[in-house]
Amino acid sequence: MSANGRFVSIENVTKRFGDLEVLKQISLDVEEHGVVCLIGASGSGKSTLLRCVNLLERVDEGTIVVDGETITNGKVDVNALRRKIGIVFQAYNLFPHMTVAQNVMLAPRKVRGLSQREARSRAWGLLDRIGLLDKADEFPDRLSGGQQQRVAIARALAMEPKLMLLDEITSALDPQLVSEVLNLVRELARSGMTMIIATHEMSFAREVSDKICFLDGGVIREQGPPDQIFSHPSEPRTREFLARVIEAGRM
Amino acid sequence: MHRVLHSFANPFYFRQSLPDIWSGFTINVQMMLIAEVLVLVLALVLAIVRGLPGRGAKPFRGLAIVYTDFFRGTPLTLVAFAFILGIPGLDYPGISHYSNEVYGIAALTVVYTAYVTEVYRAGIESVHGSQRMAARSLGLSYGHTMRYVVLPQAIRRVVPPLLNDFIGLQKDTAIIGAIGVIEAAAQANNFASSYFNFTGFLVAAVFFIYLTIPLARYTDHIIAERERRERATAT
Repeated sequence: MSANGRFVSIENVTKRFGDLEVLKQISLDVEEHGVVCLIGASGSGKSTLLRCVNLLERVDEGTIVVDGETITNGKVDVNALRRKIGIVFQAYNLFPHMTVAQNVMLAPRKVRGLSQREARSRAWGLLDRIGLLDKADEFPDRLSGGQQQRVAIARALAMEPKLMLLDEITSALDPQLVSEVLNLVRELARSGMTMIIATHEMSFAREVSDKICFLDGGVIREQGPPDQIFSHPSEPRTREFLARVIEAGRM
Repeated sequence: MHRVLHSFANPFYFRQSLPDIWSGFTINVQMMLIAEVLVLVLALVLAIVRGLPGRGAKPFRGLAIVYTDFFRGTPLTLVAFAFILGIPGLDYPGISHYSNEVYGIAALTVVYTAYVTEVYRAGIESVHGSQRMAARSLGLSYGHTMRYVVLPQAIRRVVPPLLNDFIGLQKDTAIIGAIGVIEAAAQANNFASSYFNFTGFLVAAVFFIYLTIPLARYTDHIIAERERRERATAT
């Protein structure tokens, strides 16, 4: 951890896809044990920003420091970095040819070098925690979307990450399955996990985060504590966005 | 019609030719099995090489592409001639003193490896990028991602086309017979020359069909099974 208590420090990050600037001069800090929610319309750059933090995308300009280590200078060991950052995707991306338990055990076995037995006991612990111990030997396609997403979270947690990135993890779920996933994330937040969460679930974002960050067209228009952003947004764009969200009944 | 039957499907000659053609056919099976195992392994290696990322791997990717382009475009008959007639003539110690069967297996392997490389490659490319992304973001290396996440899914998907190529390989062992290995087709031809009767060809055909039909049915079964499964998960 860096001396100033920041676990992630993003400074002036710009990312382009061809001529399109998807992130423009983004700066954002995440405290250790802090939870930051990224809100904003689809295409505003939330997912890209998350992907830059674990180097699934390379930034074009600016620096990102994670856990005291600058990751954007091209010298960092990408695999070592990813070992301490868990990411969960909108589409779960479980490995369909492996059972639930095998999904959770793969990285601890092959990356951390845990024995079969150690990995198994870790997986069983996590599956118990997410309430899916009885599904350990099922294949992912036998599970509901909510269950698959919980397994994806367990799979990331099995690497004992110091930071979790959640990329719209409830967006592909039926409404009645959303809460089981969000409850798990709440529990993670309470346990002190540092997280950056891209989400459209505004009530959840308000409840769980220390900081809300509103992205609009690749720019951070406004960031601050949830009460400030949701109750007293200072930027007109933020107010517009929140008004649309309320209109859509998502808050 | 009677003359056709007499010439191509005569019960007497059927029995008469059976033992020799059967012993020839065991050579077909032998060539096919050995070549198939070599092909499955070599083609997988080539397919992996072709997909290697980065600038450093560029020459290797290039070589793999040249190889598949060359041998996919060259008729097996030519390769078999070149190997069976050409290699012994080189008189190199170590490689020039094997039996025709060995050169035949080599020719089959070299040509079919080019086809099967493409089959594997199609399979590898059919695995969605999000699978690699998920594996890499768990910290798995490129090699581990291929081995534990991409290849198991890719290979499962290409089993039906692989079995089709397997059937093709099995039949093409007869081409080797035309060039100098006394397998089933060559035995049938010998028989035809000696007795002026072509029933031996039918016998050889029956053997080949006897082997390919179960494979074809098995392939159908796998495809049907998969479709059933996919329908079940789509709902």
